[in-house]
Amino acid sequence: MQWETVIGLEIHAQLATQSKIFSGSATTFGAEPNTQASLVDLGMPGTLPVLNAEAVRMACKFGLAIDAEIAEKNVFARKNYFYPDLPKGYQTSQMDHPIVGKGHLDIILEDGTTRRIGITRAHLEEDAGKSLHEDFQGMSGIDLNRAGTPLLEIVSEPDIRSAKEAVAYVKAIHALVRYLGICDGNMAEGSLRCDCNVSVRPKGQAEFGTRAEIKNVNSFRFIEKAINHEVQRQIELIEDGGKVVQETRLYDPNKDETRSMRSKEEANDYRYFPCPDLLPVVIEQSFLDEVRASLPELPVQKRERFESQFGLSAYDATVLAASREMADYFEAVQQVCGDAKLAANWVMGELSSLLNKEGLEIDQSPVSAEQLGGMILRIKDDTISGKIAKMVFEAMAAGEGSADEIIEKKGLKQVTDSGAIEKMLDEVLAANAEQVEQYRASDEAKRGKMFGFFVGQAMKASKGKANPGQVNELLKKKLDG
Amino acid sequence: MHQLTLAGIARALAAKTFSAEELTRTLLTRIEQLDPQLNAFVTVTADQALEQARAADARRAAGENGPLLGAPIAHKDLFCTLGIRTSCGSKILDAFKAPYDATVVQRLADAGAVSLGKLNMDEFAMGSANESSYYGPVKNPWDLSRVPGGSSGGSAAAVAARLLPAATGTDTGGSIRQPAALTNLTGLKPTYGRVSRWGMIAYASSLDQGGPMARTAEDCALMLGAMAGFDPKDSTSVDQPLDDYLAALGKPLNGLRIGLPKEYFGEGLDARIADAVMAAVEELKKLGATVKDISLPNMQHAIPSYYVIAPAEASSNLSRFDGVRFGYRCENPVDLTDLYKRSRAEGFGDEVKRRIMVGTYALSAGYYDAYYIKAQQIRRLIKNDFVSAFEEVDVILGPTTPNLAWKLGEKNADPVSAYLEDIYTITANLAGIPGLSMPAGFVDGLPVGVQLLAPYFQESRLLNVAHQYQQVTEWHKQAPSGF
Repeated sequence: MQWETVIGLEIHAQLATQSKIFSGSATTFGAEPNTQASLVDLGMPGTLPVLNAEAVRMACKFGLAIDAEIAEKNVFARKNYFYPDLPKGYQTSQMDHPIVGKGHLDIILEDGTTRRIGITRAHLEEDAGKSLHEDFQGMSGIDLNRAGTPLLEIVSEPDIRSAKEAVAYVKAIHALVRYLGICDGNMAEGSLRCDCNVSVRPKGQAEFGTRAEIKNVNSFRFIEKAINHEVQRQIELIEDGGKVVQETRLYDPNKDETRSMRSKEEANDYRYFPCPDLLPVVIEQSFLDEVRASLPELPVQKRERFESQFGLSAYDATVLAASREMADYFEAVQQVCGDAKLAANWVMGELSSLLNKEGLEIDQSPVSAEQLGGMILRIKDDTISGKIAKMVFEAMAAGEGSADEIIEKKGLKQVTDSGAIEKMLDEVLAANAEQVEQYRASDEAKRGKMFGFFVGQAMKASKGKANPGQVNELLKKKLDG
Repeated sequence: MHQLTLAGIARALAAKTFSAEELTRTLLTRIEQLDPQLNAFVTVTADQALEQARAADARRAAGENGPLLGAPIAHKDLFCTLGIRTSCGSKILDAFKAPYDATVVQRLADAGAVSLGKLNMDEFAMGSANESSYYGPVKNPWDLSRVPGGSSGGSAAAVAARLLPAATGTDTGGSIRQPAALTNLTGLKPTYGRVSRWGMIAYASSLDQGGPMARTAEDCALMLGAMAGFDPKDSTSVDQPLDDYLAALGKPLNGLRIGLPKEYFGEGLDARIADAVMAAVEELKKLGATVKDISLPNMQHAIPSYYVIAPAEASSNLSRFDGVRFGYRCENPVDLTDLYKRSRAEGFGDEVKRRIMVGTYALSAGYYDAYYIKAQQIRRLIKNDFVSAFEEVDVILGPTTPNLAWKLGEKNADPVSAYLEDIYTITANLAGIPGLSMPAGFVDGLPVGVQLLAPYFQESRLLNVAHQYQQVTEWHKQAPSGF
């Protein structure tokens, strides 16, 4: 049987506010346990929450960026359950009246096609603290530094149909929140976390299958692996005559498997009700207008501009617009060299593989945009060939200076003097007289292949410095007579 | 000295008739001698009180002259007090020393008031008799075999017995007004949002409101002036200027329109209380007021609505008492669930558990719409009743309670009969409007209270009416014998 996968994602993005959502404590990651926990964060009796206006502004930015409805009023509600790192015994969240309503986000897949993913809602809530189970001799420690950190929970429609699409969607959200400056997107520190709702159904069936929720998957790679694994598990289960049960599962990256955390029956009744300590939040149109005016160019807009302004392919434009830093770098290179296609090729090619190999982010690149642009200029004016450029690039990465300095120092300037090239070609042909004979005796079809041999020999003889175009042209003349 | 009102004390301190320290010593001695009969105090903070009194004397010597400078008061034991036990009348907080001062505590201290200690109360403010306290019941100074009302029963008993001229209380369904009525005091529940709830341990957050309890309306005005006002730490407090409560007291009552809701004089009301209330109406008429019969048709739904909303909020508010971070923790828990279950089972009393269970049930999936949403709808209807009534009248008047102070233990077997004692007071909390109870006579030697209700933020009107009434009556001056 053919199976279709149905995926909906809940992404928790930690908002990059200075202080917590309901208290004045700092939100810096990695501080000593409980040094960033105020009376409010500790849930001390008699304390009350006061909403951080910046969190509201950030949520509105997100809402506007996904073209969502933003209601005039949103309401905080209490989600009640007991857990040691949940100090009040309830999480202040939003239920019936979230700040961000229905919106959508377009993602571009690897084959260049666009998919529109619906976003059901996004709501504000506070994070819980952390339970520490090591170093306490059979007891658990509680660190409430994270308690009260503002989160935006972004809930997608079940519009996603594969693990690859899921990753593309998460990457798009990741890019968006970073563009907006509302989340640092650091998945390793938990700034962006993802719950995946996964089900399968026979292809063509209208109703959804029973879903399992995989909690807290914390990297793009794990999202793909966890979903693929879960899909496989569900298909095998059904094909073996079993039934998927609605439950929460945990992905174990070490074993590459998901396992059951709790079933629906064990699930809490959270007893949501409007939080009486907080008034409904009223969003004025003038405030929204002001937020809208402050929005930067967003990934989709940038992508479209890269296509129209620079003539890039949809895929290249998507890759380059994926992060603000990458896009800025690309545009800086383009500015210097005036050639968007070469700039795109070098940024997505040599530069990306260098960064990958070194494990660096683009803003830590050892080759600056000015350096790269300067080097591309030398390709364009035929000072160096593409092949020599790779050597120059490596030298720039090693900190040996600008392209011009390296070309000068290493004598890499391309030879374009046709006299010199002709002389060199004569020497090459003389040294390979036998092959020349064969070439001339062959038919057109065979010659093509053999021609490459002479080009190779010629470039070798010139140490790569001869202008390839001229080499081709002159060689042809000499061989074909 | 102990018979003096706050206003009288202010005059005496200003005239240097005695010092704040002398006054504090006198009252501390009185508390030591008399409180064992009443059990009004959970904690007496003698050392701190004397320190504050000396500081007040020093401030006065330096030229300060505020009306509360050196005035002795005490706080209901749910206002957090830095470094001092804040028990909420519960075993679960018996060892809890608050790490900060409530805004009300801070403001009164800033005004120079001297806090003598923390006052007994129903556990987590749940009760109308002050019998649910972990520290034992409080006795009514007018008859030691009777309850003082609740939940601010310690505040009421202490002030009625002249251990103090005034105290703070809180009112969620009548917890200031009802004990004031049963002990011959004047007690004011301000408009919701008028007094900050920061540091006031929550019972039902949308209904709780702190307020003053004293022997006169004038003293309540003095207290309220210091307690009230916007607090950025409480999102539900209202940023609106304060009235000059003292200045409003003297206004004549000519033309005051009083509404008498027929629902307040129906079945269940002790006829002798009804007579006392009508006598008070006659006095107010003599002062120039006019009277109109009105109706608050949704009042009959108030108790069921309240007993859904208040427990629902309480069930959530009290979740933080889980034995993990503060408060009581059971001995040797075997695991987390055991820690939760036993800490809460051993730490909370029966009435608190009852309300947590009711509230949890009311919020449960499948019941939420039928209970919580319905209760909120009723709440809106009750509010609308008041809004339309206040188009025709300036204040609404009726009995504060349907019955006189009852015997200790009398209603223990039947919690619902105790819930019904709140019938006249609960609506003000549901609507959020201010209410005041003032002494209006005695039946069989037990005090009777009259309740006045006014539109939002009209505390000054309530205090004005009560003060004018107290200029021509002597009820509020009566002291229980033996005190």
